[in-house]
Amino acid sequence: MRTQRIDQAAARLGAETRAAVYDGAKIGHEKRTKLLFDHYADPNRLRELAGEIKQHVVENLDTYLPAVEARLVANGVKVHWASTAEAACEAVHAILRARGATKLVKAKTMVSEEIELEGYLRERGIESLETDLGEFIVQLDHDRPSHIIKPIIHKNRRQIAELFERNGLGAYNDEPQVITQRARQFLRHKYLGADAGLTGANFMVAESGRLVVVTNEGNSRFCLAATRCHIALVGIEKILPRDRDLALFLNLLARSGTAQQLSVYNEFILGPRAPGQPDGPEEMHVVFVDNGRTNVLASSCREILRCIRCGACLNVCPVYRQAGGHAYRSVYPGPVGAVLSPLLLGRRFPEKADLPKASSLCGACNEVCPVNIPIPDLLLRLRDRAHTERVPSPGTPPMGAWSILASQPAAWKVALFGGRFLDHFPRSLVPVPALRAWESSRDLPKWRGGEFRRWLKLRRKRPGAGQSSPGITP
Amino acid sequence: MLTSHRTPVTGRRVQLMATCLCDAFHDDVAAAAVEVLEHLGCEVAFPEGQTCCGQPAFNAGDWPASRRVVRHAVRTFASPDPIVVPSGSCAAMLFHGALLEFEKEADLGEVDALGRRTWELGDFIVNGLGVRSWPGRFDAVVALHRSCHTRGTGSSDAAALLLGSIAGVRLVELGEGEQCCGFGGTFSVAFPHISAAMGRLKLDHVRAARPDVLVSGDMGCLMHLGGMAARQGAPVRSMHFAQVLREALRGAA
Ligand code: SF4
Repeated sequence: MRTQRIDQAAARLGAETRAAVYDGAKIGHEKRTKLLFDHYADPNRLRELAGEIKQHVVENLDTYLPAVEARLVANGVKVHWASTAEAACEAVHAILRARGATKLVKAKTMVSEEIELEGYLRERGIESLETDLGEFIVQLDHDRPSHIIKPIIHKNRRQIAELFERNGLGAYNDEPQVITQRARQFLRHKYLGADAGLTGANFMVAESGRLVVVTNEGNSRFCLAATRCHIALVGIEKILPRDRDLALFLNLLARSGTAQQLSVYNEFILGPRAPGQPDGPEEMHVVFVDNGRTNVLASSCREILRCIRCGACLNVCPVYRQAGGHAYRSVYPGPVGAVLSPLLLGRRFPEKADLPKASSLCGACNEVCPVNIPIPDLLLRLRDRAHTERVPSPGTPPMGAWSILASQPAAWKVALFGGRFLDHFPRSLVPVPALRAWESSRDLPKWRGGEFRRWLKLRRKRPGAGQSSPGITP
Repeated sequence: MLTSHRTPVTGRRVQLMATCLCDAFHDDVAAAAVEVLEHLGCEVAFPEGQTCCGQPAFNAGDWPASRRVVRHAVRTFASPDPIVVPSGSCAAMLFHGALLEFEKEADLGEVDALGRRTWELGDFIVNGLGVRSWPGRFDAVVALHRSCHTRGTGSSDAAALLLGSIAGVRLVELGEGEQCCGFGGTFSVAFPHISAAMGRLKLDHVRAARPDVLVSGDMGCLMHLGGMAARQGAPVRSMHFAQVLREALRGAA
């Protein structure tokens, strides 16, 4: 039976991992829903509004980007533009080299995963250390994040405690407080020895040049407090027009992502340390990263650039819950990743053209998305693109012959009648793979092609006759 | 969202789109839809040339094939009377999906017009005709599976309203109602493992709610869940929403 890669990955996923992903995602979703609907009469209106604001930004990036650059420069920030992953890594490396820096502390940023910064710097003798607890654990285990908010959603306490023990971070103890405490102790010393701090940006406000970084652990504050140089990696779509838009977006981000009214640490960074300010980095750099985003802008799916990386669509997605994040072979998994990851590849789209197939098109992702992205529509557009580019799609039945039948009534009627022969055939001999796949876990009802039409004719001929049978299926 | 806004219903003449699943497997559901509509005083036409809504090819990404079928539907259902479909999924294909694949086509206008007059059965009864309760009697604990393609439409609320109004019906909620049952058309065969895992979770919720009957407005979901329950050796009694409405009418007689 030929099936899709993500289905195979889900079938291979270990029970322990699947349970961790499933429970983590489900709890995340349920807490979010309760918080949003307990506090707002109509949270959907907020999602729509946020979606409109972000769509406006996406449609006007060409004017917002120069505007924000001017603002940043006026604020004393050095601005860099990187069109590829390689260029972004080079830009960061050049900044570090100029300062003779060899030790970097990092707050959580998905863009750094995207451009594979850690490996790039390691090869050039620069150590970069993750300071977000989840990312720290990923780094320690030479693993990959499997969720954009909860990178270690696929690991349970036991696995983490064992990992710490193996790495000399204390004897086995799987109490979350102990794990956190141990990571903290280890990291504190590292902050003090670091030369530069790297963050992402949750938002970049155009009118003020304000960079907003949201965390729950305060680690990004340490990155900035302990080092002289702040580098921010910012995807070009991260812009919000006005400072006052933050009220809406910080609210939706915290509620959708982590089911909090507000994240614990919301940092608003306007530039490097100003004269008279007691602390803060003396140098601040913003590296704007394209890395395929202009491909997305030019596609029929630019709505995905509204995404604020909250992870709500992952949590609610039944496919993500079964397959886990690694099945998507991408930095961005789940529904958002199924759209974004293949698009970011540009001409190499076919390599990940299977991701948009991994959806029953149930629409739950659209229903939770804080910026109301019509994810199912975008998945469909990408399926059309994959078909147009003739990317093979294992397990998907071919539709050409069917569509000819379904547009010729006479042929359709013959097929309706002919289908009954199926019932008289040993199923194992029927050469239709889709039927095999169906019957791998489900019985097929009896073929009754054309019965309704016969019933209706009879009823029309003799009004009152032809009462249908008590209707119980299957 | 790209959606054809439905034209208000004025007359009582309707066209029934039986759907390919009812045409091939579930004739009694289409028959029940006819009886329910006739009970409401509708004159039900059944355009003989009808086939399918085009959704299988649409979801598979073969949009040229899907458009061929949608164009056939445009020709078959040319009358301006409302088109009533006993499936939220097929109805949504015509008032939403078809617009996506016809966005750049010259005949978008005709497809949009088709969408404007297409209704899922429950949505039609409640929001089209303004009927808010259902007569008769049906003694059963009923669990309503809210099928995914009716998200954002009036269908699920309409079905719950009508079912809840029937004497003898007690509605019970299914846990995690927002979760898909795993059918998803071709998804069910291209992702058989995940589809089955989703189906098992849904069946667990169904069994936990202990209904006498599992009801849905979509035969796709019921075929998948029912076929899976049968395979597990623990069948779940399931009925289409239209069948419950008709049984209630018979219960009154
Ligand atoms: S697509 Fe929407 S729900 Fe998914 S991560 Fe982005 S903002 Fe959140």
